[in-house]
Amino acid sequence: MGVEGIGARVVRKEDKRFITGKGRYVDDIKLLGMTHAHFVRSPHAHAKVKGIDSSAALNMPGVVAVLTGQQIVDDKVGNLICGWAITSKDGSPMKMGAWPAMAPETVRFVGQAVAVVIAESKNLARDAAEAVVVSYEELPAVADVHAAIKSGAPQLHPEAPGNQVYDWVIGDEGATDAAFAKAANVVKLDVTNNRLAPNAMEPRAALADYDAAEEHFTLYTTSQNPHVARLVLSAFYNIAPEHKLRVIAPDVGGGFGSKIFIYPEEMVALWASKKIGRPVKWTGDRTEAFLTDAHGRDHVTHAEMAFDANNKITGLKVKTYANFGAYMSLFSSSVPTYLYATLLSGQYNIPAIHAEVIGVYTNTTPVDAYRGAGRPEASYLIERLMETAARQLNVDPAALRRNNFITEFPHQTPVIMAYDVGDFNASLDAAMKAIDYAGFAGRKAKAKADGKLRGIGVSCYIEACGIAPSKAVGSLGAGVGLWESAEVRVNPVGTIEILTGSHSHGQGHETTFCQLVAERLGVPISQVSIVHGDTDKVQFGMGTYGSRSAAVGLTAILKAMEKMESKAKKIAAHALEASEADIVIENGEFKVTGTDKAIALPMVALAAYTAHNLPDGMEPGLKESAFYDPTNFTFPAGTYICELEVDAGTGKTSFVNFVAADDFGRLINPMIVEGQVHGGLVQGIGQALLEHAIYDDNGQPITASFMDYAMPRADDVPSFNLSHTTTLCPGNPLGIKGCGEAGAIGASAAVINAITDAIGKNNLEMPATPDRVWRTIHAA
Amino acid sequence: MYQTKYHRASSVDEAVSLFGKSSEAKFLAGGQTLLPVMKQRLASPSDVIDLGKIKELQGVELSGDTLTIKAGTTYYDIMTNADVKKAIPAIAHLTSVLGDPAVRYRGTIGGSIANNDPAADFPAALLALGATVKTNKRSIAAEDFFQGLFSTALEDGEIITAVAFPVPAKAGYEKMRHPASRFALTGVFVAQTKSGEVRVAATGASQSGVMRVPAIEAALKANWSPSAIDSVSISANGLLADIHGTAEYRANLVKVMAQRAVAAAG
Repeated sequence: MGVEGIGARVVRKEDKRFITGKGRYVDDIKLLGMTHAHFVRSPHAHAKVKGIDSSAALNMPGVVAVLTGQQIVDDKVGNLICGWAITSKDGSPMKMGAWPAMAPETVRFVGQAVAVVIAESKNLARDAAEAVVVSYEELPAVADVHAAIKSGAPQLHPEAPGNQVYDWVIGDEGATDAAFAKAANVVKLDVTNNRLAPNAMEPRAALADYDAAEEHFTLYTTSQNPHVARLVLSAFYNIAPEHKLRVIAPDVGGGFGSKIFIYPEEMVALWASKKIGRPVKWTGDRTEAFLTDAHGRDHVTHAEMAFDANNKITGLKVKTYANFGAYMSLFSSSVPTYLYATLLSGQYNIPAIHAEVIGVYTNTTPVDAYRGAGRPEASYLIERLMETAARQLNVDPAALRRNNFITEFPHQTPVIMAYDVGDFNASLDAAMKAIDYAGFAGRKAKAKADGKLRGIGVSCYIEACGIAPSKAVGSLGAGVGLWESAEVRVNPVGTIEILTGSHSHGQGHETTFCQLVAERLGVPISQVSIVHGDTDKVQFGMGTYGSRSAAVGLTAILKAMEKMESKAKKIAAHALEASEADIVIENGEFKVTGTDKAIALPMVALAAYTAHNLPDGMEPGLKESAFYDPTNFTFPAGTYICELEVDAGTGKTSFVNFVAADDFGRLINPMIVEGQVHGGLVQGIGQALLEHAIYDDNGQPITASFMDYAMPRADDVPSFNLSHTTTLCPGNPLGIKGCGEAGAIGASAAVINAITDAIGKNNLEMPATPDRVWRTIHAA
Repeated sequence: MYQTKYHRASSVDEAVSLFGKSSEAKFLAGGQTLLPVMKQRLASPSDVIDLGKIKELQGVELSGDTLTIKAGTTYYDIMTNADVKKAIPAIAHLTSVLGDPAVRYRGTIGGSIANNDPAADFPAALLALGATVKTNKRSIAAEDFFQGLFSTALEDGEIITAVAFPVPAKAGYEKMRHPASRFALTGVFVAQTKSGEVRVAATGASQSGVMRVPAIEAALKANWSPSAIDSVSISANGLLADIHGTAEYRANLVKVMAQRAVAAAG
């Protein structure tokens, strides 16, 4: 490893522009003749649109156009799609209602757009939007998942009777029932996984520019995957053919999954730009983010775990109701199925698992992938069950886990996943040592003497990342492949550009991807630049989500690097009159091994482009590309242990210590990995203690601002104690597993397990607000 | 935000005169409530009259047993003021836990009490300490000044110039922060006057805004100690309830925060 190679704590290259205010986000981009869009949104959770009167708005100053849902339907813009087909247990395909970009007839959640005002300024558009008169006929609404499946409940879509999207199963029901029939002990648990609003720092935005002469569109948008956006907009939404649509995702201020999806606003901006012949910009505000960014989680689950007389798990039964909101968002169907139920084995050897997942429509904001996407719900469920079992069986929670760990790899679980490698004991040991688990009983007793309720909570998570082997996901219903592409361009003077289909919106790719180049070529990272986020510059790629950019995206770069290096070695061997097999790359030079003969990379590059003296038959240039499709998921895993105190008078939780021992395989930049873990842990703790997107019974959102929705702040979280144990992933040449989601996946169970330990009551829903904890302490 | 006309007044008289000339004017103090509300288009004053640069509204004076804080003094200037820390350290403490640093640098005592948010901190201090609100027209006792949620005795165009606090023998303030907004989910200010009277006021708890808590006052009058409140029962009737705190929880907090405020007061 060089000072800037793999494993080095290199300071992030991109931070100079971010911390000096020089980042360039969609809203920073201004085009000549640009107009501004403001959406007219439904105040009702469920209503018929009886009429839209735009006449007053059209007469207001600076108003260019008022466009409605009927017009977008008339212009044959496609309905929004869901890209993963799920089949119900009876063999029927999932049942979906149509989702037009603006509602022509029926609105089904508060915030759904019915019309858009285009004006000369943002404020004029907003003023005029208030003057658009929409007549609604209110319909009964339903927000709660159990209420939605009752007979007589308000029905959202005629295509989905009973508001049921699908009833899907996985695992062997007979074997699971048999295990329960023989069980020495059965542990039961009901849990709710609270709905969350993703709240990226930068709200979503779109700037669409139609060039009538070229019949060409450019879309600047807040996307984690601009090529996927172009594909969907072209292939399904009938906006423009791919070669006539350029999608640019410039600097993007956080995504957490919410910017994977292609939303109505981008579609409307593109369509409107052609209609009015001018660029159209829309920048969402925070309220719109709460109302329209896809939410996360929202499961209600009943689970039972069977144990034999030796406290070995023999079976697991799970029934989950997943609230999808009012429409099926782009990847929503996969989240509570293949991203959730396939992880229900956790770190444990469970011979038989059966899970049933019922997807339900409600009059709420659509739900889709949010940091972890299905895996936090699985991990939380399993780790709450393990803690509950330890209490019920009266054994130490860490010992119960250890007693059931998978210790031999590869391990085929009963729910599709084949774990390739891991050492669960190592991470549990590391975490227990870091927190002095053995000394906890003494600390608890001392705290008790001081009038404090102290608790400790363990969470041993596993997740599936490096999403994903295309053939495997294709067989499970995915509409796309999940490989990644890369291109390496060595310029004639030896500087290097890496073009990647991954997209950085906080992950630090501009640093870590350069570190791979520094590692292989021995050049400083200042000689390398990363190009991403523009479909006109970068060949087709799949984008960033599911902790995939290092395991998949960086491996694609590696593959392209290997091709480039192979050609460069031939050129060097030719120039040095040596055998290609004797050429090694060190410190930016191609050397003849065992001699002092060498040629510097810039000279090799120059030779490639002057082409004056290349080996016979070699093409000029030094540029290679690669597509990499992973062979398996990767399986980051680890143990989080949380120690905290609860104030019995107020129910308030105070952290004493929080240790995280993760196994991410090889780390490219430990500092950036730590940042990812910190952010993930804060989101996991936020879910456990603070965050909850709530609707009243009529589908009105209660938490549509930061005055009501509690986002974690610095003083809500402890200083984390991080460490790493390492088993290299055998599935990719770099041994990488991925680190982007682990914190959010593992943290919440550790917190709730610790609080319930402190207060001596097992049942406590998230978020464990002071009020809820206090009521639980004092409940009869 | 809708369009509005901005005026910067250089004196209280000028501010009053500007107010009289406009149709729907609002006075702007620190802007920590008015500006967010305007940005959300929930308020649309024709004119905004900024009081922030009026010199006569700035500063703190300690004279005998009266601490006077001028209305335009920011929370930061209050919490760092030597006279405040010496005379009524509970006010310095209250100000130090009010909002966040950005709010404390801009927000003012006058703005806070004129708005009378049911979860604001300062109304509890005024009520518990038996303070007097001074305006450009008159003096108003705290009891008479606060008149329910977001409602005060102020008349149209009347400007708070200062708040005069009698220096107490003992005082303390403790609050539970609202997890999202960080306002007081419930905060309790306890005070023992130099004549031995005990006054306790709670904010964030009642549906009618800041309130006295007679049961706790009686218990503390008999025995100024946290344990004196153990046996007091606070009814949840008439208390606020929202997603972050039920009425029963707030009733509990009135008691617990009062006990902690007494402990802090010494």
